[in-house]
Amino acid sequence: MSTVVETILSNHPQAKRDSLIPILQEVQEMEGFISREAIASIGKHLNLPTSKIYGVATFYNQFRFQNVGKYHVMVCRGTACHVKGSAKVLEAVKRELKIEPGTTSRDGLFSLEIVACMGACGLAPVISINGEFHAGVEPDKIKGILNAYRRKESENVK
Amino acid sequence: MINIEVNNRQVKSNPGEMILTVLKREGIKVPTLCHLSDLFPTGACRLCVVEVEGVPGLVPSCAFPVRDGMKIKTHSPRAIRARKTIIELLLANHPDDCLYCVRNGNCDLQTLSEELGVRERRYSGKKNEYKVDTSSPSIVRDPAKCILCGKCVRMCEEVQGVSAIDFINRGSKTIIGTVFNEGLNISSCINCGQCIAVCPTGALREKSNIKEVMDALNDPTKFVVIQHAPSVSVTLGEEFGLKMGQDVMGIMTAAMRRLGFKRVFDTSFSADLTIMEEASELVYRIQNGGKLPMMTSCSPGWIKFVEEFYPEFIENLSTCKSPQQMMGAIIKSFYAEKQGIDPKTIYSVAVMPCTAKKFEAERPELSQGGIPDIDAVLTTRELARMIKMRGLDIRNMEPEGADSPFGERSSAGKLFGVSGGVMEAAVRTAYFLITGKEMEDVKVQELRGLEGIKEVHLNIGDLKLGIIATSGLGNARKVIEQIKAGRKDIHFIEVMTCPGGCIAGGGQPYGINMDAVKSRMKALYEIDRDSKNRTSHNNRFIKKLYEEYLEKPLSEKSHHLLHTHYKKRDVLK
Repeated sequence: MSTVVETILSNHPQAKRDSLIPILQEVQEMEGFISREAIASIGKHLNLPTSKIYGVATFYNQFRFQNVGKYHVMVCRGTACHVKGSAKVLEAVKRELKIEPGTTSRDGLFSLEIVACMGACGLAPVISINGEFHAGVEPDKIKGILNAYRRKESENVK
Repeated sequence: MINIEVNNRQVKSNPGEMILTVLKREGIKVPTLCHLSDLFPTGACRLCVVEVEGVPGLVPSCAFPVRDGMKIKTHSPRAIRARKTIIELLLANHPDDCLYCVRNGNCDLQTLSEELGVRERRYSGKKNEYKVDTSSPSIVRDPAKCILCGKCVRMCEEVQGVSAIDFINRGSKTIIGTVFNEGLNISSCINCGQCIAVCPTGALREKSNIKEVMDALNDPTKFVVIQHAPSVSVTLGEEFGLKMGQDVMGIMTAAMRRLGFKRVFDTSFSADLTIMEEASELVYRIQNGGKLPMMTSCSPGWIKFVEEFYPEFIENLSTCKSPQQMMGAIIKSFYAEKQGIDPKTIYSVAVMPCTAKKFEAERPELSQGGIPDIDAVLTTRELARMIKMRGLDIRNMEPEGADSPFGERSSAGKLFGVSGGVMEAAVRTAYFLITGKEMEDVKVQELRGLEGIKEVHLNIGDLKLGIIATSGLGNARKVIEQIKAGRKDIHFIEVMTCPGGCIAGGGQPYGINMDAVKSRMKALYEIDRDSKNRTSHNNRFIKKLYEEYLEKPLSEKSHHLLHTHYKKRDVLK
């Protein structure tokens, strides 16, 4: 068990099942995601089956089960972005990265997350990559945007 | 008692009862898809809705308690329309491939759509597209056919205490799956198949081994033999519309021969053998300070449960292989030697009431020099399918006897099919082993019946033997927790994974029908009552087997062939 999870659990002595969500939130905040080991430890601590914990965690969009990638892509699916065609944008990102929302690419470079609204409705449809906003994106622009990050990465390696 | 009115008829009921309970008692059939009697209602499927005068909406009768003077309409046009709409909506994203489905002809969803007169596709939604999980040697999961009634989840969690599966995701994306939605084979699933027994559709089914068995039967180089578990003969008839609990032993044997099996053996014989070994092991442990309480090892779901959840109790498990595996081992050793057959050419099939037996047969430790003790396991349902496929009419078949030497059994071995039966059989032989005398009355009433935990203390010579028979792993967990907490008066614990024992196993005819389970239980006890030999140690073929081959219980040869060991399993649980 990681010491991080251990510490979090020790802050919840005699916790019952109603502490599950706060514990999951703390674990994700500290570790970035909910790992298998974390689920096993939480299960033991709360006397809950792991399938139940996974069931609860997948019910909420906020929890992820893989660490975020080096570049974390957030696609806004709020109302304004939706009206401006963010569904197509999301499809394009998924296609280009070959990953589903909530997951991370195998090389660990990109991860994808759907968010409800970024408060940047004027820029709709908007995506953000590591906090950098890309306004008025269209599906066919996605490849270029992501390739810029890929180029940056390969230059760093050199 | 309070009075309520159902469909303009006065009905008495108990205060606090759910409407559905009363309706069932009164013989009024209201359909359900998510209801499991004995468990807390979830009201998930809404099919049981009825109209209650003075209540604005329709109410789910499974979760709505009766009140004095309540007026209920169970089949008003509104209620029927609601039910029909629910079925139509469920069908909207259902694969609709009934002709290809294993549940064709005995599916609750199909039956209800027929009963409610669904004749057109009123709604067409996006069809479910999920991968079929075939990773488990016992159970196949097809989430596309799942209607999310949640019965499997409740069975797994509330009855069996395993919780291998749960609801994952939310809303229209909800599915049922394991932790991290991985294959059942690496989950904490113990393969009991109780989820299959309660599944209303084809979303859960056994991993079929019919093709392998058929191929072997058609291979002239193979010597194909079959054994059948004690409970199969009292359940198979139900698949052919015979009355519940009817013993079809003789015609089943005849049907098996016509299917092409060269030898038909009775697992109850090796159950007798198990008793010889297990009772001797118990006496040895008691007399030599061995690990107590000893726990039975016939039920493979229970074994995996201990390996995963209570590895500290592995030493308490009897080292005896299960009767299926014992039979497999002696067929490929003693029998092969005696008949001059190369064990490699023997294809050994077992018909079991159980899906976990499929997993057990694949355990690497249950083989001799790379040859598995058992090659294929069929459930009762699969045997019925094979008989139908072959066009055999079991209603017009003359009964035949099993093959010697593994066809002769005592009725003690037959009792292995019912919760408490292994214990009763073991007590009969342990009594003889300890005192040198036979029990006056071999019937142990305290170990009979459908209670989840049965307990008795028996005086055998100077020994006060404390025994428990439990079924359903939720109950087994309670017992094991008592032992963990320091309970010392218990020497021997029988555990059967499925509530009620093998007669209600995960490989038996679909549905958990308590009337059927009771009839099956009664049938087994009647066989015992009317039997000439009711003790394993008086089975003359068992005696012969020891004389000619195994020497004595717990001998070196027995240890080599009939005993095994288990080890801790690490799974996310």
